[in-house]
Amino acid sequence: MGPPDLTVARVEHLTHRYGRTVALDDVTLAIPGGRLVGLIGPDGVGKSSLLAILAGARRLQAGRATVLDGDIAQARHRAAACPRIAYMPQGLGRNLYASLSVRENVDVFGRLFGQEPAERDARIAELLAATGLAPFADRPAGKLSGGMRQKLGLCCALIHDPDLLILDEPTTGVDPLSRRQFWELIGRIRARRPAMSVLVATAYMQEAEAFDWLVAMNDGRVVATGSPEGLRRRTGAAGVEAAFTALLPQADAPPSRAPVPPRAAPGRDRPIITARDLTRRFGAFTAVDRVSFDILPGEIFGFVGSNGCGKTTTMKVLTGLLPPSEGEALLFGQPVAAGGIAARRRVGYMSQAFSLYAELTVRQNLALHARLFRLSPEARRARVAELVAQFDLARHVDQRAEDLPLGIRQRLSLAVAVVHGPELLILDEPTSGVDPPARDRFWALLLDLARRQGVTIFVSTHFMAEAERCDRLALMDSGRVLAIDTPAGLVARCGAATLEDAFVTLLERAGAGGTGAPPQTPAITEARLPPSGPRTDGIIPVSPRRLLACARREALELARDRVRLAFAVLGTTFLMLVFGFGISTDVNSVAFAVLDHDRSHASRAYLEDLRGSRYFVETAPLSGFGDLERRLARGDIAAAIEIPPGFGRDVARGRPTQVAAWIDGARPFFAQTIRGYLSGVHQRYLSDPRRFPAKADPAPQAEIAVRFKYNQDFDSIFAMVPAQIALQLALIPAIMMALAVVREKELGSITNLYVTPLTRLEFLLGKQLPYIGLALVNFALMVLLAQFVFGVPLKGSASVLVVGTLIYVTATTAYGMLVSTFARTQIAALFGTAILTVLPATMFAGMLVPVASLSGLGRILGRLFPMTYYLPVSLGAFTKGLGWADLAGSLAILAVFVPVLTAAACLAMPRQES
Amino acid sequence: MATLANIVWLGTKELRSFGRDYVLLGLVVYSFSLAILAQAQSSSQELHNAAIAIVDEDRSTLSRQITQAFLPPHFKPPVAIAERDIVPALNAGTHTFVLDIPPRFQADLLGLKPARLQLDIDATAMVQAGLGAAYAQQIVADEVARFVGRAGGAAPAPVALVARIAFNPNAETAWFTSVMGILNSVTMLAIILAGAAVVRERERGTLEHLLVMPVTPFEIAMAKVWSNGLVILVAVGLSLVLVVRGLLHVPIIGSIPLFLVGTAAYLFFATAIGLFLGTLARSMPQLGLIYLLVYLPLAMLSGSNTPLESMPPWLATLLQASPTVHFVAFAQAILYRGAGLDAVWTRIVVVSAIGAVFVVAAILRFRKTVALS
Repeated sequence: MGPPDLTVARVEHLTHRYGRTVALDDVTLAIPGGRLVGLIGPDGVGKSSLLAILAGARRLQAGRATVLDGDIAQARHRAAACPRIAYMPQGLGRNLYASLSVRENVDVFGRLFGQEPAERDARIAELLAATGLAPFADRPAGKLSGGMRQKLGLCCALIHDPDLLILDEPTTGVDPLSRRQFWELIGRIRARRPAMSVLVATAYMQEAEAFDWLVAMNDGRVVATGSPEGLRRRTGAAGVEAAFTALLPQADAPPSRAPVPPRAAPGRDRPIITARDLTRRFGAFTAVDRVSFDILPGEIFGFVGSNGCGKTTTMKVLTGLLPPSEGEALLFGQPVAAGGIAARRRVGYMSQAFSLYAELTVRQNLALHARLFRLSPEARRARVAELVAQFDLARHVDQRAEDLPLGIRQRLSLAVAVVHGPELLILDEPTSGVDPPARDRFWALLLDLARRQGVTIFVSTHFMAEAERCDRLALMDSGRVLAIDTPAGLVARCGAATLEDAFVTLLERAGAGGTGAPPQTPAITEARLPPSGPRTDGIIPVSPRRLLACARREALELARDRVRLAFAVLGTTFLMLVFGFGISTDVNSVAFAVLDHDRSHASRAYLEDLRGSRYFVETAPLSGFGDLERRLARGDIAAAIEIPPGFGRDVARGRPTQVAAWIDGARPFFAQTIRGYLSGVHQRYLSDPRRFPAKADPAPQAEIAVRFKYNQDFDSIFAMVPAQIALQLALIPAIMMALAVVREKELGSITNLYVTPLTRLEFLLGKQLPYIGLALVNFALMVLLAQFVFGVPLKGSASVLVVGTLIYVTATTAYGMLVSTFARTQIAALFGTAILTVLPATMFAGMLVPVASLSGLGRILGRLFPMTYYLPVSLGAFTKGLGWADLAGSLAILAVFVPVLTAAACLAMPRQES
Repeated sequence: MATLANIVWLGTKELRSFGRDYVLLGLVVYSFSLAILAQAQSSSQELHNAAIAIVDEDRSTLSRQITQAFLPPHFKPPVAIAERDIVPALNAGTHTFVLDIPPRFQADLLGLKPARLQLDIDATAMVQAGLGAAYAQQIVADEVARFVGRAGGAAPAPVALVARIAFNPNAETAWFTSVMGILNSVTMLAIILAGAAVVRERERGTLEHLLVMPVTPFEIAMAKVWSNGLVILVAVGLSLVLVVRGLLHVPIIGSIPLFLVGTAAYLFFATAIGLFLGTLARSMPQLGLIYLLVYLPLAMLSGSNTPLESMPPWLATLLQASPTVHFVAFAQAILYRGAGLDAVWTRIVVVSAIGAVFVVAAILRFRKTVALS
C-alpha cells in the first residue's frame, strides 16, 4: 500500500482549446494518490478533457501533466505507463464493441495487454463473477442495459490491474440501483487494492458526497479542491450540490429554486393520455411490456428509469411514431393512430436527441414550426416575439442553433415545442447533459407552462432532483412500470428516506438492476501480474499476439454486421456482373435503314453484304429524306444508306457513282466504328471479282494483314473481365478497410488504441488481415465468374496471378488505410475512397487508355497507383497467356507499394486524440 | 393549399440546410464543372497518343513515308524496333501497335508482286485497338496510293462511299463525354443528396419531430424532392451553358428548356429513389454501401458509357425498366439530334411514372424508419 498522500497526477498551467472554445484554462492541480478523487461540475466545463489528457488519450496542447511520475506528453512514458492506467471514456460503453459478447469484450482487452490464455480466462471469470455479469457472458454488449454496460466497461478497465483507474461519468444515464451497485463494486475493489487511485468525473453531486477528495470545476477552471466535508464547511452549505452552487461566480448561479406551486385539485376530467397494457416488441426483444397508466389534464407526469428501460419507446408509441404491438394507447380519449393530424396540433414533442435544425437561426426555427402549424402571418410574428421574450432568447435570436450553448438550445427546443400552444407536451429527457443551473431554469419554464397555462406535461428523466418536481411519477425498468405514485407517496410506500432510496428499494424488489442479489464475494486478485507486454517486443516492433487479437476482433465484428459482410463478400461479384455485361466496346447490332432511290438489281447487290453482316440489323426502309432525318433524330436507327437514282445504270456503264451513308454522331466512338465497318463492307463489295472482274492492267496493290493479338475475335470481354477484377479488388477492399478504421473513430473505440499497449502498426495490420482474406475470397469468386459466366479462361500462369493478387490486395487495403487517416466520418471515408480509387483506376491505370498513351500528370498519377502494375498481371495471366518471366517486374514494383503505403498510413494516424 | 404551403416551407428549410453544407455544395460544384471538363478532355473514347512501333526491314522511301505518316494527335511518334522485340513489346504493353514492313516491300509493290505488310495489335486495349486498326490501315493505304500515284497512277473506284457523320461531323469526343458526364453527375448526386437528407434527419431526430407535427409524409417527401431536385436542375442548366457551351465550345443543337423539363422528370425519379434508399438504411455508412450498389449499375447500364445495342439482348430488354436508360436516350435525342417533344414525351412519362412508384414506396416506409434507429 502506497503512502496515501503521494501525488498520482499533477498538472501545471494546462490549457486546452477546441477551435475557439477554451475547455481548460490554465489549470494547475495536484491529485493525491490512493484515493477516490471526484471531478465535479456541469457538462462542458473541461472534466472530460482533463481526464482524457491524464489518461494519455488526448494530446496535450499547452502546459504540463505528470502522471505516475512521468510526463504524459512523452510517447515513451505513455508506452511505459499505459499498462498501469485504465481509462473508461464518457458515454455508455463507448469504448466497447457492441456486437461482441460480454466475455469477448473483456477478452479483447486481456489480449491487448498480452495476457496468456490461462491467465486471461481466470481473470475474465473472476471479473464477471465479481460484477455479477457472469450469467450474461454471452450477451452482446449492445444489448446490455446502461448499468450492465458500465460494469462491463469496468471489467475491461480492470483486466490488467491498473494503478490508476480513470472513469469519465461512469454512472450518467444509469438507474439508481445500478449506480449504487457500481459504487459498491468500486468500493470492494479499492478495499482489495488500496494503493489503486481512482479518478472519477460525475454530474451527480449526490455521488460526490462519498468521494475522498473533490475537484470542483467550472468554465475550464478549478474553483475549489478538498474533501466533501471541507467544501461544505468552506461554503457553509448542507450538501455538495449546494456547496458547488455557492462556489460559482454570481452570474452563473441558478435562480433560487421556487417551490413547486401546488396543482389545482385534480378534477374528474377525462385523462389526456391513457395507456392500457401497452406492449411494443422489436423482433424478439420486448421494449415495452404491458404498461398501463393515465395522465390527467394539467398534470406533470414523470417517467423515471435508466437508459434503455423503455421510456423513449413508450413515448414514441404515445406520439404515434411507433404502432403498439399490443394494448391500447389513447390520446385525448381517441386511439393515437385515429387522432391523426388533428390530434398532432394539440401536442408538442421534444425528442431525446436535440431535434432542431442546427443550420437555421433561432428565429428561423421558430418561424418554420409556426408555419407548419399554420399560424397566420400576424399570429406567427406575435407568437415568435412572445416566445423569444418568455424563453429569454432575445440575445440569440439571429444565431444558428448549432452555435448555441446546450442550455439555451434546450430552451429553444421547448419554445419550438410550444409554438402552437399545445395542450400536451411530451418531453423525452429534455435536460440530459444540461448543467444544474440551466436545468433549474428549464424547470421554471415547465412549471410556468403547467400551472399558469394549464399544459399537461409528460416528461422523462433520470435525474432524481427533477423527478421530485413532478406531480406523479412512474418508475420503469426493463420495459415494465414498477410503480406509479406521487413522489411523497413513493417515499412513504417504501419507508425510505429519499426518492432515490425508494427507487432502489422498488428496483430490488423487482429483481432488477441486471444482477439480482449482491454478487458473489469478489476475489479480485491481489497478486501482481508479471508486467504485461510493453509496447515493443525487442527488435520486432510488432507483437504478434496483439496484432492477432486485433485481427480476431475485426473478423468477429464483421461477421456480425450483415450489411457490411454481405457487401464485402458479394459486392465485387455483383459489380463485376454489372460491369462485365454492361461495359463493352463491341459495336454490333447497329440498326440501319435504307433509302433506295434505285430499287434495282444492282442496288440490292450493293446492300447484300451489309444485310448479311453480323454487325448490322436492318429496320423498315426509309420513305424519304424527311423520314431519314426523323428516325436518325429519334435514335431509332444509327445509320442510313442512300442509293442514288440510276445507280444500277451507272455501275453497268462503268460511270463513277456515289452511295451516301449517314451515321448518328451522337456517340463518337460508335460513329467512328460504324464508319469503319461501312467502309469495310464497301471495300469487300468493290473487291468482289463477280461484280468487278480484274482489269487487264492492274495497279500495284499492298495488302495489310491485321493481327489482333491475344484476342483474335476482338471481343471486348477478354479485356474487360481481367480489368474488372483489377478494378473491383482496388475498390471494395479499400472501401471496407477505410470504413473499418473510421468506424472506430466514429464509435469511439479508437480510444483503446490510445490507452492500451496496442501500437498503430499492430492496430492497422491487425485490421487489415481479415480484409486481405476477404479480398482473396472475392478474387476466387471473380475468377469463377470469369471462367463460367463470361467464358474468359485463364491462359497464363495461375501462380503468378495468385501471388500478384495477394500483393495487390495487401496494397489496396493499405491504400484504404491511408485514406482512412484523413476521413473523420464513415460516409466521408466511403466517398473519399470510392472517388480516389475510381478516378485513377479508370483514367490513369490503363483500363480504358493504355498506360503507354498517357502523358503528363496522368502518367505520373498512374505510376503512383498500384492498379497500374496489377492490370498487366491480370491481363497477362488471363488473356495474354503470360507467366513469371514476363510479369515478375510488375510484381516487384507492386510489392514496393505495400511497405510504403502502410508506413504512410501509420505515420498519418494520430497516436492520440487531438 | 395547406399541403402546398408545407411543401414549400419544408423545402425552403432544405435549401437553407444545403446552403450551409459546404462539403455537399463543393461536391455539386465539382461534379458539374471540373469533373465535366476532365471527362471532356479524357481520350478514352478516341484514338489519342496511341503507341506504335515500326519494324522497318525494307528501309525504302516508301517505308520511311509510311513511318512519317503516323502523326499526333492520333499516334505518338513511331518507335523503331527490331523484329525479335515485337512480342515482348506487345506482352509488356509498351506498344499497342506494331507495323512490320518486310524486306523488299517497295520493290515487290512496284514489281506487281504480292506486297504484304503486317500490323500486330494488342487487342486487350479495346478502344484504341479497334479505332487504331482502321486508322492505321487507312494511313498505309493512303501512303501506298500516293506513292503509287506518283510512280504510275491508278484508276478511281467505280462506286464511292461518302460517309457523313450526322450532328457531329468531326466525331468529337468532348461533344459526347461532356453531356454524358452531366447526366452521370445528375444520377450520382440526386440519389445521394435525397438519401442523405433522410438519414441525416433521422440521425438528428428531426424526422420524428416532423412526424409528430401536422405534416404528412407526403409533404416531407415532396419537399425533399423539389428542393434537392431544384439544386441539381440549376446546376445542370449552368453547367450546360457555362461549361459545355462556354468553356468547351460544344454546340448544342437541341432545345435546352425541353432538356431541362425532361431532367426535372428524371430528378423526380432520382430523388425519389434516394428517399427510398434513405428509408432503408439504418445509418449513413449503410446508405453509402447500398447507394454504391444502386448508383453504379444505374449509371453503368444507362447507355451513357456503352450503348444498349452492345449489351446482351436480354439485358437490353431488362434495362427498358431503368429510368436512367430513358433519361440518357431522350437527353441524347434532344441535345445531339435536336429531337422535339413529340419524339421524347413517352420516355419522359415512363421516367415520371417510375419516380411516382418510388415516392409512394418511400412514403409508406417513412414511419417504419423511426423504429430503425
